[in-house]
Amino acid sequence: MFGAAIIVFRESLEAALLIGIIAAAARTLPNRNRWLWSGVAAGVAGALVVAALAGSIAEMAGGMGQEMLNASILGLAVIMLAWHNIWMARHAREMVDGAKAIVRDVADGRRELSAIMLLVAMAVLREGSETVLFLFSLASQGESTGQVLTGGALGLAAGAVVGYTMYTGLLHVPVRWFFTVTAALVLLLAAGMAGQMARFLIQGDILPPLANPIWDTSAWLSSNSAGGTLLHVLAGYDPRPSAMQALFYLGTIAVIGLGMYLVRSPSPARASA
Amino acid sequence: MNRITLLAVLCLPLAAFAADPAEVPLTIKNHRFEPAEVRIPAGQKVKLMIHNQDSTPEEFESHELNREKVIPAGAKSAIFIGPLQAGKYPFFGEFNEATARGVVIAE
Ligand SMILES: [Cu+2]
Repeated sequence: MFGAAIIVFRESLEAALLIGIIAAAARTLPNRNRWLWSGVAAGVAGALVVAALAGSIAEMAGGMGQEMLNASILGLAVIMLAWHNIWMARHAREMVDGAKAIVRDVADGRRELSAIMLLVAMAVLREGSETVLFLFSLASQGESTGQVLTGGALGLAAGAVVGYTMYTGLLHVPVRWFFTVTAALVLLLAAGMAGQMARFLIQGDILPPLANPIWDTSAWLSSNSAGGTLLHVLAGYDPRPSAMQALFYLGTIAVIGLGMYLVRSPSPARASA
Repeated sequence: MNRITLLAVLCLPLAAFAADPAEVPLTIKNHRFEPAEVRIPAGQKVKLMIHNQDSTPEEFESHELNREKVIPAGAKSAIFIGPLQAGKYPFFGEFNEATARGVVIAE
């Protein structure tokens, strides 16, 4: 549930920030709200289509391919989370600047108002379909649909509230802070998913466990306890991991962390370009 | 016919080399596991072959074995476990936790 809440919070915060900035920049335009809301609606509709497709794919492999399917969904989610974290480490500012430029063009009459709708729809669709995929991979880790949906609703509400608060004048609060914290959480979630992926591949006899388990901390913090469950969902805690799982976990942190470090905005000189 | 026999004979050492893990049957019936105690050799990989004879899906789950898998109604599914150290490894059916309980005993 916490995993779903964090992912949906981050995605909806990103979409809400972009919408808030567009809304603020397009303040003076006629019919602004109509175009904004039709953009949101179009984006949600697109994300629902993605959800329906993902659902029917998940139903297809009921039998022996279950481990393979779970492992590939998790693998895809890890790749997308990695790409997203690395990309956002660099492009958050450019994305915001680009949106402002388009709104300026509309205000100056160089572009149709529908450009705003398209911009909002693309933002909602992108974040929405990412969200759908991540929720599916959480569900394949054994969380119930109810937990995933509850967490998702909480995250969406929190994202909308924070986004709206920023829109109504708190735009000077350092947005970076949110992105740094959520990026760290997403990094741990991705590593946890990679570890689960390895577990499914071992369960399906596709990978060897190497050593099984390499340690046993279940007496200290069992996976049934509240703390163990929280740590499992947040950071992929497993009291009895195999060596292969640990390799996947640490390898994912290393690769994403290195990627984020390498693309860190080189200098403020770029921003003025 | 001859060729198939020859092929089978040629494959025998290969099969022995790959050491297909022993298959251990396990049935789900009336939301219970049968047998409730599964004895397997320690230090060996084993293929649990689970047959769900109920009309509802069940999820085989074990924290101790670090395994979880949904077995659809009426379906047969395999789960690979081990090699395990000697000991007891409880498992349960997540969808019917009250009745569906069992234990793998490695010895
Ligand atoms: Cu995003």
